Amino acid sequence: MNFAFTEEQIQLRATLRRFLTQTYTLERRRAIARTGSGYDPAIWQQFAELGILGLAIPESLGGIGGDAFDAMVVMEELGRSLVLEPYLSTALVAAGVLARAGRAQHQPLLRAVATGEIRLAFAHEERDSRWRLDAVTTRAVRESGGWVLEGHKSMVADGAGAHYLVTSARAASGLCLFVLPGALEGMTRRAVATHDGSSVAEIELAGVRAPAEALLGPEGGGLPLIEAASDVAIAGLCAEAVGAMDALLALTLEYVKNRKQFGVPIGSFQALQHRMADMLLHAELARSMSYLASAKLEVSDVTERRRAISAAKFLVGRSARFVGQEAVQLHGGMGVSDEVATSHYFKRLTLINASFGDMGHHLERFGSMMAA
Amino acid sequence: MDLNFSADEERFRSEVRAFVAAELPASIRDKVLGHKRLEREDFLSWVRILNTRGWVAPSWPRRFGGQEWDPARELIFEEECALAGAPPVLSFGPRMVAPVIMAFGTEAQQEYFLPRILSGEHWWCQGYSEPGAGSDLASLMTRAERRGETYVVNGQKTWTTLAQHANWIFCLVRTSSEGRPQSGISFLLIDMKSPGITVRPIVMLDGGHEINEVWFNDVEVPLANRIGEENKGWTYAKFLLGHERVSNATLGLSKRALRELKAITAGTPAGGGSALLEIARFRDRIAEAEIDLMALEVLALRVIAMDRERHAPGPEASLLKLRGSQIQQTLSELAMEALGPYAPLHQPQALAADWTGPLAGPSDGIGITARYFNHRKVSIYAGSNEIQRNIIARHMLGL
Repeated sequence: MNFAFTEEQIQLRATLRRFLTQTYTLERRRAIARTGSGYDPAIWQQFAELGILGLAIPESLGGIGGDAFDAMVVMEELGRSLVLEPYLSTALVAAGVLARAGRAQHQPLLRAVATGEIRLAFAHEERDSRWRLDAVTTRAVRESGGWVLEGHKSMVADGAGAHYLVTSARAASGLCLFVLPGALEGMTRRAVATHDGSSVAEIELAGVRAPAEALLGPEGGGLPLIEAASDVAIAGLCAEAVGAMDALLALTLEYVKNRKQFGVPIGSFQALQHRMADMLLHAELARSMSYLASAKLEVSDVTERRRAISAAKFLVGRSARFVGQEAVQLHGGMGVSDEVATSHYFKRLTLINASFGDMGHHLERFGSMMAA
Repeated sequence: MDLNFSADEERFRSEVRAFVAAELPASIRDKVLGHKRLEREDFLSWVRILNTRGWVAPSWPRRFGGQEWDPARELIFEEECALAGAPPVLSFGPRMVAPVIMAFGTEAQQEYFLPRILSGEHWWCQGYSEPGAGSDLASLMTRAERRGETYVVNGQKTWTTLAQHANWIFCLVRTSSEGRPQSGISFLLIDMKSPGITVRPIVMLDGGHEINEVWFNDVEVPLANRIGEENKGWTYAKFLLGHERVSNATLGLSKRALRELKAITAGTPAGGGSALLEIARFRDRIAEAEIDLMALEVLALRVIAMDRERHAPGPEASLLKLRGSQIQQTLSELAMEALGPYAPLHQPQALAADWTGPLAGPSDGIGITARYFNHRKVSIYAGSNEIQRNIIARHMLGL
């Protein structure tokens, strides 16, 4: 039992926090959000220089070969600073899948991710799947040595801007993953804004042709890779939420200590103190489950891993909702204005719950594995 | 970061499990797991069995007869004992008065009292709360007046857990009315057989008798039974409260309650051929309680690590008490709801271990509704959840 971070992790956190605190101000974030891309090339280049874009990439391919706790540290800091950039989808989820699949032809892509030249997206969800990992209707048909894909993908984070899409489709042999360039004949990508200032893409695949080398992992055996990608995303989102809750709690604490009504700081009222005590409790429970999710990402016992992942996503989602709603309430009118960071944290925390399975989805999944 | 217990700790867990499996009498285990009434002798037999291994107060220093276990081992031990159906080792002696005697008692007090806690000869109860002093403990009124080499104690304590079984009570009494209320309090150890002590039962809402009023009418207590200095009792009491730690999370008890809840709901017909555990609406609530328990466990382990890091207990124990009590209450509520139409039955005669008479409703429903009512206490005692939130707000948030 050991909850200590390594020297390297402490250093990584400190460096990243210093950079983001100085650079990623609320004003800068607003400007990035206004572009509609949720992406600032200068910030991305800094991420490359800090080495974090290569976190899930082996050292032999220009990455740093970090583990789940390294990723957790980074995601906490990105959450704390409300970073819009599609770090999770490119660097952890999609690059993670490529690294895990280990196909030689995709190694150059990983090198390019680590240097910040390209971004990847994980194009898996569909309009009717509602987070069910195996609910894929997009078809992949073998044709003249390659593949033809027909169908659509929905709510793809950074899907319009990414250079390559890691795309799931159903072949005769079962689920497959393909690496597709972002611009192919028959593919249309439409960016749609999300409430947190970021964007997702709705993607149509109409007879999109891909070469044989586009196939990732074993043909027909794509589901474990898809699940691994989803697990990584969930652990990352949990850590991001923990960082965001930390920041939101600190903001709220500062507010109730300074805001005066009836001649005294409102933080002197017991009604508010008790609500803040509950916020802290829920934030700490969420941190505990975020640790657990990262700790169980690589365990071989499938049920143990799924239970931890679903439990974490459920509990973090619930804590995020509670802390977010309470923070807005304690800020009063300020909490519902666009002007202060509070509402932006609240919106991001709310949207995290809707990614990769919400509370209801994961409670059901956890319950279905419940042994008497 | 590593969330697993070490190989050493896992070996220790096996050792505890084997010991409890071999030594816990089946008659006691069946009472505990079947929610039957435990007699004084049931608690004591288990204490005597544990004492053969030196496990009554295993976190004590070796020179006082302990094993110097760290909190992680204590947590494993408590969990294994709870899951196996062992009766609790009550805190009042080993965990509450003993650390105070060790830290502030005289050598004579240590030599006399500590071995008698381990052997079970002394059953301690706690004389803190009074009718007018609950959360505001420092407003207590029970008076001790000095007459030569004795104090004469007059007043009333209340909510005194299992005082009907106890032969010693540690009391906070007022020895001065000067200055702040906290500064006129002394800490006395009182023999329950002293003339002038009357114990009166308080029947709880579940019909059970586990708490009492303790009345003091000109009770003479030797000066030698005072801990430390006169009027410094508040300091010692606060020290004691600092010792209520990870066990406040009641992880072992809640794991047992969760296991029981799953077993009950798996065997409870929900109508239409399904078991209650298969009904999504109910299963979701069990699942949520289980997830809450997982999170509390990791938090408890983190608190252990924080305490170890700074070599001192911090205010995070309040998070554990607050959440641990909520989970206990949720689990006892779900178990009652699982009984459905049979929840209203009150069959106290069946709480006797040897009851063989007629019984209505499911056999695993005995004591379940009573426990629901009884467990409302857990968010009230040992610092109500409102007091815990005060502590969190003040000491963790700086409000």
